Amino acid sequence: MIRLSETSVAKIEEICDRYIGEKTPLMMILSAIQEEYGYIPLEVQEIVSAKTGISVAEIYGVVTFYSFFSLKPKGKYVIGCCLGTACYVKGAGQVIDKFSEVLKIKPGETTEDGLFTIDALRCIGACGIAPAVSINGKVYPKVQIKDIPGIVGELVAEAAAAEGGIA
Amino acid sequence: MALINIKIEGVPYQVEDGITILEAARQCGYEIPSLCNFNHGECNRGSCRVCLVEATGARGLVASCVYPVNEGMEVTISSSKAVFARRAAVELLLSNHAVNCQACHKNDKCELLHIAKITNVREDMFKGEKTPTTVDVLNPAITRDTSKCVLCGRCIERCKNAHGLSVLGYQNRGFATIVGPAENRNFNDSPCIMCGQCVSVCPTGALMEHSEVTRVDKAFEAGKYVVVQTAPAVRAALGEEFGMKIGTPVTGKMVAALRRLGFKKVFDTNFAADLTIMEEATELVERIKNGGQLPMITSCSPGWVNYAEYYYGDLLGHVSSCKSPHEMMGAILKHYYAKKIGVKPEDMFVVSIMPCTAKKYEKTREQLVTEGLADVDAVLTTRELARLIKRSGINFNKLADEEFDNDIVGEYTGAGVIFGVTGGVMEAALRSAGYIITGKEFETIEYTAVRGFEGIKEASVDIDGLTVNVAVAHGMKNAKVLLDQIKAGESKYHFIEIMGCPGGCVNGGGQPYVRECFLPNEDLDIMDTYVQKRAGALYSEDERQTLRFSHRNPQVQALYKDLLDHPGSHVSHELLHTSYEARERFND
Repeated sequence: MIRLSETSVAKIEEICDRYIGEKTPLMMILSAIQEEYGYIPLEVQEIVSAKTGISVAEIYGVVTFYSFFSLKPKGKYVIGCCLGTACYVKGAGQVIDKFSEVLKIKPGETTEDGLFTIDALRCIGACGIAPAVSINGKVYPKVQIKDIPGIVGELVAEAAAAEGGIA
Repeated sequence: MALINIKIEGVPYQVEDGITILEAARQCGYEIPSLCNFNHGECNRGSCRVCLVEATGARGLVASCVYPVNEGMEVTISSSKAVFARRAAVELLLSNHAVNCQACHKNDKCELLHIAKITNVREDMFKGEKTPTTVDVLNPAITRDTSKCVLCGRCIERCKNAHGLSVLGYQNRGFATIVGPAENRNFNDSPCIMCGQCVSVCPTGALMEHSEVTRVDKAFEAGKYVVVQTAPAVRAALGEEFGMKIGTPVTGKMVAALRRLGFKKVFDTNFAADLTIMEEATELVERIKNGGQLPMITSCSPGWVNYAEYYYGDLLGHVSSCKSPHEMMGAILKHYYAKKIGVKPEDMFVVSIMPCTAKKYEKTREQLVTEGLADVDAVLTTRELARLIKRSGINFNKLADEEFDNDIVGEYTGAGVIFGVTGGVMEAALRSAGYIITGKEFETIEYTAVRGFEGIKEASVDIDGLTVNVAVAHGMKNAKVLLDQIKAGESKYHFIEIMGCPGGCVNGGGQPYVRECFLPNEDLDIMDTYVQKRAGALYSEDERQTLRFSHRNPQVQALYKDLLDHPGSHVSHELLHTSYEARERFND
C-alpha cells in the first residue's frame, strides 16, 4: 500500500474540514478528493473515516457504488465511451471494444504507462452525435472505428510533447 | 401516543399511531414474515421485500416493516396478491442463494429457510447467474460466505449499535452487491474485534463461527488426554438448544453430557475466575500503592482486548496483565494439574466451551503460549457444543445432573459464576477487594450498583476508609465513552470492567441464536428480556453457592500454597499474566 506524505494527509484533512459542517459531508468530501487526486485509495478513506466518524466500510461502500469514484489512479486521458441507448444502437459497443484492442486494456482499467483509462458511461446526453466519446471533457462526435487508432496516436503525441520529449 | 383505528384482515383494532404495519400486526397476533427487519427496527431497511402486504391508501403492495399505520387503514395479509408477492420475493432471494441447507450449520435457526417454508416457495422458480461469491474461512473466529447472504444489513447495524464500528458494509452496486469488510478483505486483515455479534443476528448461514468440532475429533482420535472447561454463561443458555425456556440453568446436565462425550475431566472455568480475582485485585492494589497506570481495566473479554489493540493502542498500559480465566485455567491444567495426575503436558488437550467467538482467536495468540504449549487448544461455542451433543445420541433433556470434577482445581464460588454477566467481574472483585487490601474479612456480598443493563454503570465503594471509584461498560460504544475520558485525562475511576458484548457473556456471539419465530412459547417481549433471563440464571446460581467470595475458595488458597506462593508472584506472572500489542487496522 502507498504511504501518504504528510502534505497529502494535511491536504485531505483540509478537504474534510471544508465540508464537515454540512448535513451529508461524505459525498462532497469524496468528490473533492476524486477531483484533486483522481482516485480514493483505502488509506485516504481511513483519513476521511477518522475525520468524519463514518466507518471505512461505509465509505468504501459509497466509493464502490458510484462509478464516478475510483479506487485506483486513472490515466492522464480518461476515455469515456457512451453506452447509452442511442450510442449503443449506433455501434458504441464496437467503439469501446476497439479502444480496448488498441490500448490492450478492459473498460475500467488503466494502461501501464498511466496514460489511458477506458470508462463505460451511461447516456451523456449527446444522442444527436452518437456514438459519442468524451475524453477529458472533450467530446468526439460520430466516432468511427477507423478513427480510433488516430485519436489514440494524437493523444500519445500530445502527452509526449507536454513531457518535452520528441513525438 | 395517540391510538388510531385500523383493520387487519377485516378485524378492527386500536393501535398506536405511527408504528409500522408489521409491528401493529405483531401486537394484534399476526405473523408477517420479515428478514431485514430485526429487533424492533434495530435494522429496518425495507430491502428484503418478504413482508409485503396490501394497505388501503398505498399504491400497490407495501413493505410492512417500514410503512406506518394511519387512521382508517385496512391491511390485508392473506389476499392472493399479497401471498404470491411474498412468495415471489422469497423465491428471488433463493435464486441468488447457495441453497445447500442440509449441510449448513445454521439450518435449525435459519430464518430464510423458515420463511421459505411458510411462504410455500416453489423449487428453482428463477434460474440464472448468481453474484460471484466470497468465502472467508481464514479468521479463527468468524466465517463469511456471501452465497448465503440476503443483504438484509442486520450485521452492519449490530456492529454499529453495539460497538459504534460497522466493520462490515455494503459494497459494489446492483447485482454485484455484497456485504463485507472494506475491500472485501478477510476478517484477519480488517479491524474486526471478532465478538460475533454479527453472527448472532445474521438470519442465514452467511456469518457463522469458525467451527472447531473437527479439531476436537482429531484430538480424541490421536489419543490425547482431552479435558474440557466451561464458561459460566454457557450453562445459562445451552438448554435453549434443547427446547428449554430461556433462562433455564442446565449446569448438571451439561456436565453429564460432557462426560458422555468422552472428556477425561470436566472443569468449571469459574475456578480460574476466582484465581483471576486474586491476581487482578492484587494488581489493582499494587497500581494504587505504587502509582501505576489508573484506571486499571479488566482483560477477561477478548473482544474488548481486540478493540483496545486496534483502536486504543496508546491505552494498553491500563489493561490488566491478567490472562482471561479460561487461559489461566489452561495454563494451570497443563503445567500443574497434568503433572499432579501423571499426564505429560504435551499430551493434554484443553477444550474450552465458551459463549464467545473471539475466544477462538484469543487461544491462537502467541502471548498465550506457556513453555511452548498453547494454554488452550480448542474453543467451541455453546452452539457447537449443542451440535456435538446432538450428533452423539445423547438425550440431553433426560440426563441426570452431575457435578464438575473438583479434586484440586475445580471448586468455585458464586463470585466466579457471575463473571458471565456485565458487572459480574466488578462485583466479584469488590467482594474480595477488602480482604486483599487489608487482610480483614468483609461480609458485603451484593453490589447492586454494578448490576443491570445500563450502558455505563458506576459506583464509589468504601473499603475500610479507602474510596474506590469503579465503572462498568459493555459494548464498545459504551466503553469508548470511558476510554475517551482516560485519553483526555479526565477519568475519575480506579477500576473499570469492560465486556465486549452488550449484556456481557450471557449475550456473547457464541450463544444460541434468539429468534422470535423459533420461540412460540416465549413471551412477546422475549427479544427485550432474554439477556436478563440468562443473567438471572447466573445470579440464582451465585445465591445458591455457600462460597461466594473468590478469596475463600479453598482450592485457590491451596494452589497458592502449593505452587504460586502469592498473587502477583513470579510463578503467577509466568503462568497467569500476558501482554498486549497495538495492531494496524488494515494490514497490507
